[in-house]
Amino acid sequence: MEEEVFSGALDPADKPSLFTRYLLVVLLVTLTSWLVSVVLLLPDRNQGLSILVNEHLSLSGVRHPITAVLLNFRGYDTLLEMSVLLIALTGTWSLARPSERIEAEPGLILGFMVRLLIPLMIMVSGYLLWVGAHAPGGAFQAGSVLAASGVLLLLSGWRLSVRFVGWPLRTGLVLGLLVFIATGAAMLLIGNRFLEFPPSMAGNLILVIEATATVSIAITLTALFRGEQPDAKR
Amino acid sequence: METVTMFSWSIDCLLAASLLWIAWCATAASDLFKAIVLFIAVGLIMVLIWIRLNAPDVALAEAAIGTGLTGALLLAVLKRLEPKAKTNS
Repeated sequence: MEEEVFSGALDPADKPSLFTRYLLVVLLVTLTSWLVSVVLLLPDRNQGLSILVNEHLSLSGVRHPITAVLLNFRGYDTLLEMSVLLIALTGTWSLARPSERIEAEPGLILGFMVRLLIPLMIMVSGYLLWVGAHAPGGAFQAGSVLAASGVLLLLSGWRLSVRFVGWPLRTGLVLGLLVFIATGAAMLLIGNRFLEFPPSMAGNLILVIEATATVSIAITLTALFRGEQPDAKR
Repeated sequence: METVTMFSWSIDCLLAASLLWIAWCATAASDLFKAIVLFIAVGLIMVLIWIRLNAPDVALAEAAIGTGLTGALLLAVLKRLEPKAKTNS
């Protein structure tokens, strides 16, 4: 059984010794039982921070508590998340070897489907972005739906025009992060702290940040799927 | 009322059991393609569990990023790994 499971992807020479395997089992069982006991010992109706968030929801500029936390109360986390995405893409670009630029014409049915689906996906993405202010949705979800349409385009043989490979693509990649940082820094000028939005402007500021973030997240995720850096010379 | 709670309880148990089972299959699969497809299946079951846990935001993110794009990324990586493995053997 064991042999069957581990042969295949893994090199048999890398197989851990019997002691290591038993040690792993003991450690995992200890960790799991500890986690289970922690979950069982949790207070029954723990509200967490939801009371605090709901109390201050009117100050956040949005009506959905999760968007309020992500973009306003804990804006720093979202800002750093977006920079992590950008760093991941930088790493991928520096590691991936460039390959031939092959542009293909999709077949009749695939081409028709893509033409039908892409506008629909762009619309869904826009809806998710807009609805994020008062219901489940938001920049990351909207961005990934938009990125899925980009992946679909890449799979059907479409490639980014050489004209847009240079600075337009890079501007798109960093736009969300730049707007986020610029808005946060602009708050310093009007006497607030970094990323501290005044309640009267917060709604509009969050919409601008989310809209640009959606575009940047979509481009970053599509570029991650593509892997290598698009080359302007080809 | 009693039947409704029984029904939702059995759905929850079914979801939890299938999640664990598919997760085990995904880790035990020797074929990488099979493992990736099972990983996507784990994500889809996870989406249903997040919805059952009243966390639609997490469910949306899981469906779009955790399952959709990560699955596509893993398949793209697999495609890049394949020609290398062929030249090695």
